[in-house]
Amino acid sequence: MSGDHQTKHATTWVGRSIRRVEDRALVHGEGCFTADLPADLHVRFVRSPVASGRLKHVTIPDTARGLVAADLTRIGRIKPMLHRPDYVAVEQPILADGVIRFVGEPIAAIIASSPAEAEDHVEATFYDIDETDPVVDVLAALAPGAPRVHDWTKHNILVEGRVDTPGFDAMFASAARIVEVDITSRRQHALPLEPRGAHADFDRRTGRITLTCSTQSPHVMRTAIAELLQLPEADLRVIAPDVGGGFGQKMMLPPEYVLIVHVARMTKRSVAWIEDRRENLIASFHARDMRVKLKAAFSADAKLIAIDADMASNVGAYSGFPITCGVEALMGMAELPGPYDVQQYRCVSRGVATNTCPMAPYRGVSRPVITFTMERMMDTAAAKFGIDPIDIRRRNLIDKFPYKSATGLTFDDATYREVMEIAVRELPLSQLRERQSEMRKHGRYLGIGFSTFSERTGYGTPAFAARGMESTPGYENVEIAMDPSGNVTARIGAFPHGQGLKTTLSQIIADEVGVSPEKINIIAGDTDQTPYGWGSFASRSLVISGGACLVGARKLKAKLVRIAAHLMKVAPEDVTLEPGFAKARSTNQSIPIPELARTAYHKAHLLYGVADAGLVEQGFYDPPGTFSNACHVAVVEVDIETGGVKVERFMVVEDAGRLINPMIVDGQIHGGVAQGIANALLEEIIYDERGNILTATLADFLPPTMSEVPRFELHHIETYSDATITEAKGIGEGGAIGAPAAVVNAISDALSPFGVAFYELPVTPQRIRAALRKAGKANS
Amino acid sequence: MTDRHDIDLHINGDIYRVSVEARKTLADAIRDDCGLTGTHIGCEHGVCGACTVLLNDQPVRSCLMFAVQAKDKPIRTVEGLAKGDTPHALQQAFMDNHGLQCGFCTPGFLMLAAGALEAKPDMSEEEMVHVLSSNLCRCTGYHNILKSVKAAAAEMAKAR
Amino acid sequence: MKPAPFHYHAPVTVEEAVTQLARYGGDAKVLAGGQSLVPVMAFRLARPGQIVDINGIEELDYARVTDGRLHIGALARHARFHDPVEPGPLGQLLSTVVQSIAHLPIRMRGTFCGSLAHADASSEWCATAATLDAEMVLVHQTGRRVVTAADYFKGFLMTDRADDELLVEARIPLLPAGTRFGFEEFSRRAGDYALTLCLAVIRVEGGKVTEARVGVGGAEPFPRRIKEAEATLVGRAFDHAACRRAAEFAAKAVDPMNDTQADPEYRRDLVLAMVRRALEKCLA
Repeated sequence: MSGDHQTKHATTWVGRSIRRVEDRALVHGEGCFTADLPADLHVRFVRSPVASGRLKHVTIPDTARGLVAADLTRIGRIKPMLHRPDYVAVEQPILADGVIRFVGEPIAAIIASSPAEAEDHVEATFYDIDETDPVVDVLAALAPGAPRVHDWTKHNILVEGRVDTPGFDAMFASAARIVEVDITSRRQHALPLEPRGAHADFDRRTGRITLTCSTQSPHVMRTAIAELLQLPEADLRVIAPDVGGGFGQKMMLPPEYVLIVHVARMTKRSVAWIEDRRENLIASFHARDMRVKLKAAFSADAKLIAIDADMASNVGAYSGFPITCGVEALMGMAELPGPYDVQQYRCVSRGVATNTCPMAPYRGVSRPVITFTMERMMDTAAAKFGIDPIDIRRRNLIDKFPYKSATGLTFDDATYREVMEIAVRELPLSQLRERQSEMRKHGRYLGIGFSTFSERTGYGTPAFAARGMESTPGYENVEIAMDPSGNVTARIGAFPHGQGLKTTLSQIIADEVGVSPEKINIIAGDTDQTPYGWGSFASRSLVISGGACLVGARKLKAKLVRIAAHLMKVAPEDVTLEPGFAKARSTNQSIPIPELARTAYHKAHLLYGVADAGLVEQGFYDPPGTFSNACHVAVVEVDIETGGVKVERFMVVEDAGRLINPMIVDGQIHGGVAQGIANALLEEIIYDERGNILTATLADFLPPTMSEVPRFELHHIETYSDATITEAKGIGEGGAIGAPAAVVNAISDALSPFGVAFYELPVTPQRIRAALRKAGKANS
Repeated sequence: MTDRHDIDLHINGDIYRVSVEARKTLADAIRDDCGLTGTHIGCEHGVCGACTVLLNDQPVRSCLMFAVQAKDKPIRTVEGLAKGDTPHALQQAFMDNHGLQCGFCTPGFLMLAAGALEAKPDMSEEEMVHVLSSNLCRCTGYHNILKSVKAAAAEMAKAR
Repeated sequence: MKPAPFHYHAPVTVEEAVTQLARYGGDAKVLAGGQSLVPVMAFRLARPGQIVDINGIEELDYARVTDGRLHIGALARHARFHDPVEPGPLGQLLSTVVQSIAHLPIRMRGTFCGSLAHADASSEWCATAATLDAEMVLVHQTGRRVVTAADYFKGFLMTDRADDELLVEARIPLLPAGTRFGFEEFSRRAGDYALTLCLAVIRVEGGKVTEARVGVGGAEPFPRRIKEAEATLVGRAFDHAACRRAAEFAAKAVDPMNDTQADPEYRRDLVLAMVRRALEKCLA
């Protein structure tokens, strides 16, 4: 399936691991992050110490300057919409307005000349809160009579999706075996190393405000903030400078950013809020606090025939803009069956409000959880059938394409079985199994865990519309221009923040227009300089912005060819663009590309009636979406005395279609897998029953260091599906999606002699020891 | 109440005369008062290592010192790593081996590795992992950071 | 996360320092390495009005052997112990234990005595001091006193040191040639504070244990020697069974703390594992 495609694209730059154009400044300390900008004024927030209550009054010290909700009556509230009958649209005020809904909710903003001074005033601010009983746990929030987070709603369910395929009941009833798993995914935090931050400056000459902020989506920030502040959108410029990681947390609109723009407008000075790590852990956005109950029906030969799922996602106190609180629940519902062929599906999936920090997407969104659910279920089912985990997957993975899923998704060409078979061979699995049994004789417990999954990437507007979203962030635009010297500038609506997109886009463009990547400048992250776009998230940018670049570059190429053909007096079909030149095949004449460019601008009379002057084109792309796929394998050793887990090896066999820059692809996988391992073993945000957060420092919330993450073994297949014009598939999230399941399957495999298995994330040493103690008591 | 101190900070061979409150951390002073924003602040409680600088040629967390404590002592930051237009071997290795993505942790890792390699040029891989576990990176999964530091160590050994 | 304002004092002699401590009492904090103090100030969990920075008191920067004891001055930083500070078993022991303390940049600043003054339950140096019966020299304006480890550690982050006293020195008796030691700790990540740790120090003569020290940290509010475990070892042959038996005694003897990462039952499991493993390291 890939052979003929490969000849179609002769590539010079695509497919090469060229160095990143982004790196030089960053390794020299010459990057520019939001916190690097000096500001006249600094804002710190007074934040609620209680999870639920009535805010009676706030007293800011006389010596300080500050704002409370009453000062913001002309500012709108954040109210994201989903056009679904099951959606309850709640509003979030910029500062708590009478009601407190989570610990960390901002209740006043203090403005001072330094952050330290502002913090002094924060400490001196008095407030009076009548504490009420909070609801923290998602199941508790669903219970009848539970306190309601928004008192005007009937219950805490803010969104509820349902799937019920015709014929489900009959098929489920026909099952030879039902396998049930009850999954708990404990609350996650994306933890970008740069916390959030915003800097707004008022330009007295133009009256415009420039907001520089750590965001994944500058245009979305502009639209939302201008609307909330009733500011002409043209008067707000949003710049995303260097951004120190986002992972989804920075695609949502923070109320704090709205306030910073307001303060700049009010004071006509520059003002900054740089989030500190404590705020970031408590009150930015969390993710994946989910429960899934799954019943899987199998035929006698271990073929999955129907699945029945009940999913609940704790969305926290509010619904975030633009993605809404439906993102985890609805994506989880749509994509739960994953790479498995099963046509009968019933699911109810709820997004439930609680008195906790609101949710944002976090790398993979709910797919690490649904993959964990399906993969734990498959291993559990394999054990019940007495067959190998590989064997049960062989029987159930999709292998005919295109495949239409039970929820109506179209799976393009992929290699679900092949990637697994490669992993089995490369490990090699048989040797590992021998080692495992040898080690067990000496009281050491090695485990091998597989995870196979699909990663839906690069999906366009229809996919978002299908979720009922009011904003459908699916397309991308690019404005691509060649200047008179022959250099190319592409202005993109997407916004990379660490993914190396400037490098990969320049590779795509270079191959089309005969200019090497170092002569291509990608401009991103400034709403004054770039066409409207959605930013980087959802493994979309290379696919969608890359597609838009390809479209634009092809138009540019066509114009260059037309000009060259005219100048060389040959037919356009006779002209090829090669690195640095346009060449006429028949006559062997050539013209350097800079000469063509100069002609297009400065000798336009030569092209009169043939082409307009200049070399400026637009590219637009809104793809249907595609599925990357991979098999992850974790090899772990569990110390049964301490519950410690050492990840010894981690293998990824990935099919992300055409690799534009393999080095960057591998980097994305490395980082994703590290976060997935952290999700499996280390990281959880913990609340107590009063809604106080117990993990507000990096000594309590535990991102891994180099010692907790193994070196990775990567293999690739490149399936060139026709779902994207670059033949590339997204890769940003896969590492994080597959790894938790592989690690916990491995732990459960290691501890199978004790009859111990895990259905929760993360699996901590304490939980392993508790399970072993329990099993020991049961066995003795 | 303010307790201000006029001090000299010696950074990358330059002297910065600054007036700081006693409570100002070295990290904040380097960034705000000296304008050297390559040193990043990621946690302000000594865990992430983004603010790592060399003090007396030794890697330290600049968020865990007050600026007044560093007066008159030689400090090196990421801005002082390259020699003119020639990147330091570590900077080159990070670029060659994709040792960074968002780049926020990078200055801290560079200074940590520079200090460690200057003190012990022949670290084993195990020792490198031990040392590099001092800092957090959220993008790379550390694979290519280790690769970069190994490559730089080899390059630095050649240059000796 | 900016510290509350404070007045900064930088004495250059012990006299000056203790004069300031006497003057300000509980409003003052001693700043040595600062690796524990500065974070709690950043969170404003500590907001001392006066900081007495002792880093300029050069006379306190030492680790030297006198009268059969290692004397560790208040400015001896962790990194000083990377290489043995004395040629005997104690120097080896300290250079082994130091590798588990936080991370390299922390070890460059943090001090041995600062760890003892902060008295974190999981501190490697506190456990070392407790296991080896270190003596702490506390100086105040009108004199000095020497407190043994058994009397020094009083509770979670609590010691016998009064607000007006400066911990100027810790003294650890040298270990006789042939003394064996084993150190084990369990933490979630490299460099994290241990959930539980054990330092075991054993002397064996004529096939029998003549001296046993089993110190446990991280499990209880402060580190201590576990006499029950030591008693089962002394006078008997030293083998795997002995290690296991002592570990079981230790696990029974402790009264473990509870937190999100480790409940008491789990900490007891860890005591069992750490004590046995530390002792087994002494077998070799």
